[in-house]
Amino acid sequence: MIDQPQPVLEAIDIVKELGSGAGKVRAVKGASLALVPGELTLLMGPSGSGKTTLLSILGCILSSTSGSLRVAGTETSNLDSEELADLRRKHMGFIFQSYNLFPTLTALENVRIALDVRGQKGFAASNRCEEVLRDVGLAHRLRSYPGNLSGGEQQRVAVARAIASSPSIVLADEPTAALDGENGHAVMALLARIAKEQKRSVLAVTHDPRTLSYADRVVRIEDGRIVGEERRPDGLDAPEIADLTKRRKAHG
Amino acid sequence: MILTLAFRNLFHDRIRLAVTLIGILFSIVLVAVQLGLYLGASKMITSNIDHANADLWITVYGAKSFEDGGMLLTSRERHQALATPGVKAVIPLIVRFAEWRKPEGGSTRVVLVGTDAEDGGLEPFDLVEGSWEDIKAPEAIAVDRTYFNELGIKGVGDTAQIANGRVRIRAVTDGVRSFTQSPYAYTTLNRARALFGDGDGTTFYLVQTVPGADVKQVQQDLVNRLEGAEVLTKEEFRDRSLKQWLFRTGAGVALIGGALLGILVGTVIVAQTLYSSTKDHLGEFATLRALGSSSGYIYKVILAQAGISAIVGYILGISIALIILVLSHNTALPMVMTPALAFWLFTLTVGMCAISALSAIMKVTKIDPAVVFNK
Ligand SMILES: Nc1ncnc2c1ncn2[C@@H]1O[C@H](COP(=O)(O)OP(=O)(O)O)[C@@H](O)[C@H]1O
Ligand SMILES: [Mg+2]
Repeated sequence: MIDQPQPVLEAIDIVKELGSGAGKVRAVKGASLALVPGELTLLMGPSGSGKTTLLSILGCILSSTSGSLRVAGTETSNLDSEELADLRRKHMGFIFQSYNLFPTLTALENVRIALDVRGQKGFAASNRCEEVLRDVGLAHRLRSYPGNLSGGEQQRVAVARAIASSPSIVLADEPTAALDGENGHAVMALLARIAKEQKRSVLAVTHDPRTLSYADRVVRIEDGRIVGEERRPDGLDAPEIADLTKRRKAHG
Repeated sequence: MILTLAFRNLFHDRIRLAVTLIGILFSIVLVAVQLGLYLGASKMITSNIDHANADLWITVYGAKSFEDGGMLLTSRERHQALATPGVKAVIPLIVRFAEWRKPEGGSTRVVLVGTDAEDGGLEPFDLVEGSWEDIKAPEAIAVDRTYFNELGIKGVGDTAQIANGRVRIRAVTDGVRSFTQSPYAYTTLNRARALFGDGDGTTFYLVQTVPGADVKQVQQDLVNRLEGAEVLTKEEFRDRSLKQWLFRTGAGVALIGGALLGILVGTVIVAQTLYSSTKDHLGEFATLRALGSSSGYIYKVILAQAGISAIVGYILGISIALIILVLSHNTALPMVMTPALAFWLFTLTVGMCAISALSAIMKVTKIDPAVVFNK
């Protein structure tokens, strides 16, 4: 038995009801999940299964109806919206399906604003942003506006923005859904590398099978419940976990 | 970054920016012109009172303004006043409407001011040609050059008729305009008396007190001694004149009403454009919130947008107001702009934009960062 690292995020029995009155929906029906550093976890499930809702709760953007969520040792259930923002600022980076870049800011400025909201300004911050953009392969695109970047490039700017402040947790919602194969692979490879090299916990919501090969762990969600979890055995090659998953599925 | 984002948000939508700036500009120009005219009118109404060297004014009972006294005071009041403790000098001043017959025919009304400058009371001011010494020459008179046309004259040396006698232009003032639209004509006390055929009467007595005297006490003593006359401090007389012309006539109310309207219109336009800009950028503000920004950070972006609009709008607005100021110089009602008014307008603009930002801030307070995932 090898030492399991302490989870940086731990969710227990999360329930979330959305809407009100007759339109009330129980989107998450008691989900538990923990994230440890150094791993890329995929949260997979069909459309409408509650992936985005769960991710929003893990990211302290939505609060759960019941259940407990600890982030970096802090219990979040009694925090107000400013305290939650504070927690996001300290520990989290986000990546969205539609990138959510600021169209009026350059690539560099888009990354800088993530540091600016953290009070990191000036030359050092600017250097750090350049470094991160270079790291995601956009050294030549620093002063381009999102409108002049390809989808893949935009998502890489978003990845740079998410990791610029060195958060311990990176949460991504369908990061490859809007990208073609090649760009999708590039972004997943980037996320896997961030988890490995920088010892972050990366959780990506997806229903894109192309992403499987990059995962250390795959958590399955259906109808608001966690229904299974596969971990890539040590030493297993990336494609093998995909096979493993397929086989398990076939066996039911 | 707050300023950068605010700038980009503003300049991203040029049409909306133009509407915002025109709104502020319109508002500033309207307020500046209305208040500038108000100040201009006030200056016209009080300039003679301000220039007179008097602690107290003795007027006939019920005189409403500088132009409203007749010639009902006599040397009796003067002697009574001089006998009052604390009084140093009592200087007569005549102010009375008179018929001005132009050399080429036709006539107009003037306000004839009879004053002996060497008495130290009211000395003709803002002279650009001649001096008050020149007014002592036979028939001499001073008028303002902005009224030459109305008076039917061309300049120094021209003659006209006032009431009973002939007058000749010997000195010229510039910019001494009259709120009643009847030009002021300055001459000596005795010539004014001669023209009106009244050897003793006067409109006002300007009272100068001895140094260290209690002006309020002297005023009270004078009131007790003089019957049928009123004794006003300089301030009281100023206020009464302003009240008469600006408020009894409704002119001041109209000017201030116009200014308030300008403020209202400006605020509504800026609030409207800022609100719709915020609405358009709501997704971005939600992203900022998701990225962990405090709500204060987002408010600062909106306030910065309002502030930038205010500064640019103010610069444009005040420039246009200054052009109108120059153009209004020779009109019936010249506008006045003072540093205090310019500063006040700036404060007003910033305040107006800050209030406008409130509706946008209220909108952004309600954003749910969860929308970032559902675009
Ligand atoms: N704001 C909302 N109000 C009511 N129901 C919602 C709301 N958002 C999502 N839902 C419902 O909750 C369920 C889970 O949604 P979501 O978490 O977005 O699923 P996924 O990301 O897996 O596609 C769906 O049935 C969806 O219709
Ligand atoms: Mg989703």
